[in-house]
Amino acid sequence: MLEVSLTHRYGRAGFTLEAAFHAPAGQVTALFGPSGCGKSSILAAIAGLLRPDAGRVALDGVTLLDTSRRLHVPPEARRCGLVFQEARLFPHLSVETNLRYGLRRAPRDAAGPGFDEVVVLLGLAPFLARRPAGLSGGERQRVALGRALLSRPRLLLLDEPLAALDLARRAEVLPFLARLRDAARVPMLYVTHALDEVDALADRLVLLEAGRVLAEGEAEALAARTDLPLAARRDAGVLIGCTVDGHDSARGLTRLDFAGGHFLVPLRDAPRGEQRRIRLRARDVAVATTAPQGLTMQNILPATLREIGPTGTPQEVFLRLAIGPTILLARVTRDSVERLALQPGQEVFALVKSVAFDPAGSRL
Amino acid sequence: MSLSPEEWQALRLSLDVATRSVALSLLPAIGVAWLLARGRFAGRMVLDALVHLPLVVPPVVVGWALLMLFGVQGPIGARLEAWFGVRLVFTTGGAALATAVMSFPLIVRAARLGFEQIDQGLEQAARTLGAGPLDRFFTITLPLAAPGILAGAVTAFAAGLGEFGAVITFASNIPGETQTLPLAIYSAIQTPGGEAMAARLAGLSFMLAISGLLLAELIARRLHLLLGRS
Repeated sequence: MLEVSLTHRYGRAGFTLEAAFHAPAGQVTALFGPSGCGKSSILAAIAGLLRPDAGRVALDGVTLLDTSRRLHVPPEARRCGLVFQEARLFPHLSVETNLRYGLRRAPRDAAGPGFDEVVVLLGLAPFLARRPAGLSGGERQRVALGRALLSRPRLLLLDEPLAALDLARRAEVLPFLARLRDAARVPMLYVTHALDEVDALADRLVLLEAGRVLAEGEAEALAARTDLPLAARRDAGVLIGCTVDGHDSARGLTRLDFAGGHFLVPLRDAPRGEQRRIRLRARDVAVATTAPQGLTMQNILPATLREIGPTGTPQEVFLRLAIGPTILLARVTRDSVERLALQPGQEVFALVKSVAFDPAGSRL
Repeated sequence: MSLSPEEWQALRLSLDVATRSVALSLLPAIGVAWLLARGRFAGRMVLDALVHLPLVVPPVVVGWALLMLFGVQGPIGARLEAWFGVRLVFTTGGAALATAVMSFPLIVRAARLGFEQIDQGLEQAARTLGAGPLDRFFTITLPLAAPGILAGAVTAFAAGLGEFGAVITFASNIPGETQTLPLAIYSAIQTPGGEAMAARLAGLSFMLAISGLLLAELIARRLHLLLGRS
């Protein structure tokens, strides 16, 4: 468990960073916010590369930084593996020597995956003898992930590890990040401004804006809130944990079960029983007061309208729909609400097109 | 081109003096270059100016200053002789010291550029991987600055082969002891009928200097390639 509380002022004109949050072991906590909101500074302060004006950082009960006690453990003694946006591999060393750099300096008794295990996990075997200059951006970032993991860290810090890569490379590295998450039993802090990375990786979310924590909690819980800047995004919507229940290859459909019902989505290459997380955008959900007939939409789900809330745009509202314990958000016009005379407590039908589900947002 | 025994002697002596001078100045030059590239201290600009003095002060003045300090009566020279029995004036060692002082700024400048070229993010990465200050310096900083340092050393060696003013002032012009190539050329010019010898030695100096510079460039390129820079 990582506990962080920091105050730092940038220069004279800069804003003040004032952030406090925690990150549990074995989970990915994403620090999410626009560029320049202080995310990277938080990571640098946790790693010890930045000395904040005031603050405290403690990891598994060991204090790494406490300005009130003038305690500042140097970065080399903190054992925080840090993966930077640019891989920062040592150009004069082979990939293998790069990978072993942290391993050789880790304490003997430190637990963690072995060299061969990490090489297999991240698919690094073909590059071991090469120099970093001969690798693609995605390959370099995989080596950087392996190098950080092999330093046997007590905490993994990832500072926008995919931001410097193009779309194809990101798609190449993302599955490796997911594997890393499953292999590392330490807390992971993941800084990003890309929502699809949050969807794919994050268990918990810390929302930041201008150096302050707006909200902190389970990624699913925060996605369902309509009072956060997240809700103003085009891709705002709920995150739903699903299990692959089966495939109907004749109809070309896959059935995803969630607590309270199931979705039919276009056929996916996923084994039965696999856990997936999907993002259902609020603008892709429609509502009907009676079960509609003659409709192409595959997903017509009985639901209870819980609440009608503002969106920040006067003509549009969020409808909060409950299907069993699962909450959906639908973004509709105020006019539709008046035409159908929608009231909280009313039984309705939530309509979702099968093709609205974004495979990129699935939990890999 | 066949050389006379005296000419061979001058060539050997030049190589000897240049080698010793680089050996003498390399480590301090790396230290000073690192301080200038990375250090944040009050006297940084003064140190920078001091290091560059031999480039702008007449070499004769450098030789004179050495004579004052390291001469038999000088504050350092007297002690060296009393404690260790070492005499620098009029010796090959003295010629090497004078040459080292003159070529010191050449190594510092090249090594400093080498240090400044390094992406400090790499050193940060090494820190987060558990490498302390010395560990980082020897495994990351020094290897990455190596092209600059080596190029500086080779340039200093090539320049050291031809150091004249400081050497003749401090170590005098003694055949077999301090008479390096340029001093031998000077003596040949002064001697009636020495024109042919002067010409041969001048040609030799020219070739040595050119090969030194080419070697420096070659080494730098090779190392940069090794480091994945182009």
